[in-house]
Amino acid sequence: MSVLVYLESENKAYKKTANELASYAAELANQLNTEAIGLVINNDQPEIIGGLNQIISVNNEALDTYTAEKFASLISVAFEKSGAQYLVIGSSADSKYLGGLISAKSSSGYIPNVIALPENIDGKTAFKRTVFTNKGYALTTPKTKRCIIGLSKNSFGSVRSDSGSRVESMILDVIDDPVSLISKSTVNGKATIADADIVVSAGRGLKGPENWHLIEELADVLGAATACSKPVSDLGWRPHSEHVGQTGKPVATNLYIAIGISGAIQHLAGINASKIKVVINNDPEAPFFKAADYGIVGDAFTIVPQLIEKLKAFKAENA
Amino acid sequence: MKILVCISAVPDTTSKINFTADQKSFDTGGVQFVINPNDEFGLTRAVWFKEQQGAEVHIATVGEASVEPIMRKALAIGADKAFRINTHPLDGFLVANTLSEHIKTEHYDLVICGRESIDYNGNMVPGLIANHCNFAFINTCTSLTVDGNKATATREIDGGSETLETQLPLVVGAQKGLVEESDLKIPNMRGIMSARTKPLEIITPSSLETLTEDLSFEKPDSKGAITLVDEANIDQLIELLHKEAKVL
Ligand SMILES: Cc1cc2nc3c(=O)[nH]c(=O)nc-3n(C[C@H](O)[C@H](O)[C@H](O)COP(=O)(O)OP(=O)(O)OC[C@H]3O[C@@H](n4cnc5c(N)ncnc54)[C@H](O)[C@@H]3O)c2cc1C
Repeated sequence: MSVLVYLESENKAYKKTANELASYAAELANQLNTEAIGLVINNDQPEIIGGLNQIISVNNEALDTYTAEKFASLISVAFEKSGAQYLVIGSSADSKYLGGLISAKSSSGYIPNVIALPENIDGKTAFKRTVFTNKGYALTTPKTKRCIIGLSKNSFGSVRSDSGSRVESMILDVIDDPVSLISKSTVNGKATIADADIVVSAGRGLKGPENWHLIEELADVLGAATACSKPVSDLGWRPHSEHVGQTGKPVATNLYIAIGISGAIQHLAGINASKIKVVINNDPEAPFFKAADYGIVGDAFTIVPQLIEKLKAFKAENA
Repeated sequence: MKILVCISAVPDTTSKINFTADQKSFDTGGVQFVINPNDEFGLTRAVWFKEQQGAEVHIATVGEASVEPIMRKALAIGADKAFRINTHPLDGFLVANTLSEHIKTEHYDLVICGRESIDYNGNMVPGLIANHCNFAFINTCTSLTVDGNKATATREIDGGSETLETQLPLVVGAQKGLVEESDLKIPNMRGIMSARTKPLEIITPSSLETLTEDLSFEKPDSKGAITLVDEANIDQLIELLHKEAKVL
């Protein structure tokens, strides 16, 4: 009856999202009066995540490279063996890749994009999840004995726990994956849209790719990831991987700064899950002003350079 | 190569989303339906395989008769044949299960789904199909080439990309990048005319099993008012973000 949570690792260490996932699993287990168990693959320090009753640690060289079928099979077996009722997974590209596969392998319903602990509706356990790309919520209940919960990033927050967790090693078979990884390229040392606490995003108001140094500099000061509106990536000013919105990447950061973006409904849908939104736009009628928490009406080309300087001073003072 | 593109009918991206008064379902009143954007990238790539490598392209949609206009549009874009699986798509499992039943009878080499549909954002259909049909699976696919039995694909990951290789049969989860936005096809008059006579078969699914149930729906709370800061007073913005919003 326990709650199993899969905590992703990268380079043998926990990914940033592990704390929030473990916190959610611990609370869910608490609500159900049961135990929370972590599942960790190839991690050198599995014990450092607190708040769980136990951590199952799997180590195998064959799992150094991620491929989905291999990981999904292994996690499904662990789900089965643990006897858990719930499996909690995250919302990274790798975890979303696993959801459907594990659901099929374990014959359990998969409820993605969950943003809260379950509530009781007429005796049924219902999980609130976003639908229509943040334009609505559904309360969804599993019809299967076991169920996979895909937790949306930044929806629950992390509960600090100073106690470490008890670790047990488990040996599980690794299958051959029909898909093989040939090469991988990642942007090193830069915050990604998926992981960053702050995202600085710009639109067509920036006039051309030659002006993006402003956006990058602002992002650098804040340790933020850079993003853009759809037309900006369609025009080739920025790579597709930066396109955010309903048809691009979803954004759920603490702070989203939109510069020269009008705030079209498709753009807003994709970024709405962010906690605080700031808009800088020279058109006071731009729809983004209706969706943001803070705003400045004015020219990006005069405001952004000042903002960079003032933030540098602020950072120096608060370092 | 025989390709199936799975297409879902979703509200036009400009739609305001409303739910029925009892909060039990999505209110389709006044909503225009379109081909799910992720599926459209997949369809365009499938038509490219047809034009460049002689592939045969089928489409399938799980839905009631109201989805047929978008299926005709997919035929006008270049698919050869359409299958409508006649039931209301209640959850991702039902969709994947009924599509898998069809895939097993038609023996496709390549199945292209969108990585997710923009209505219920389930992001599970391609993975479920891959498992049901025992196909390889590549998600968030931003490029795909097929040479004989070998497929090479790029997958978008958080903060980068991967190149992957596998053998057909294969399911991919398509998204933007698989083809360029500018290569998306708008059906021309000839396409629209010929789509009218292309076969559209209706299939009755043998199982309507679901694994989850949506009990009710809600709209997000309306947002509070914005705090505007004068452009001459940028310090105030930093102060607010630091002290009030606590995000700096
Ligand atoms: C099917 C479909 C899907 C879509 N999906 C997405 C999506 O996922 N994401 C997305 O972003 N869009 C999406 N769109 C596009 C969307 O409808 C808008 O066209 C787009 O978001 C507008 O981008 P923008 O704000 O950069 O450009 P614009 O709408 O051109 O806005 C530019 C803004 O910059 C401001 N500006 C100009 N000069 C300055 C200056 N000097 N200083 C400050 N501000 C300035 C202007 O006032 C204006 O508000 C989609 C559209 C369709 C049809």
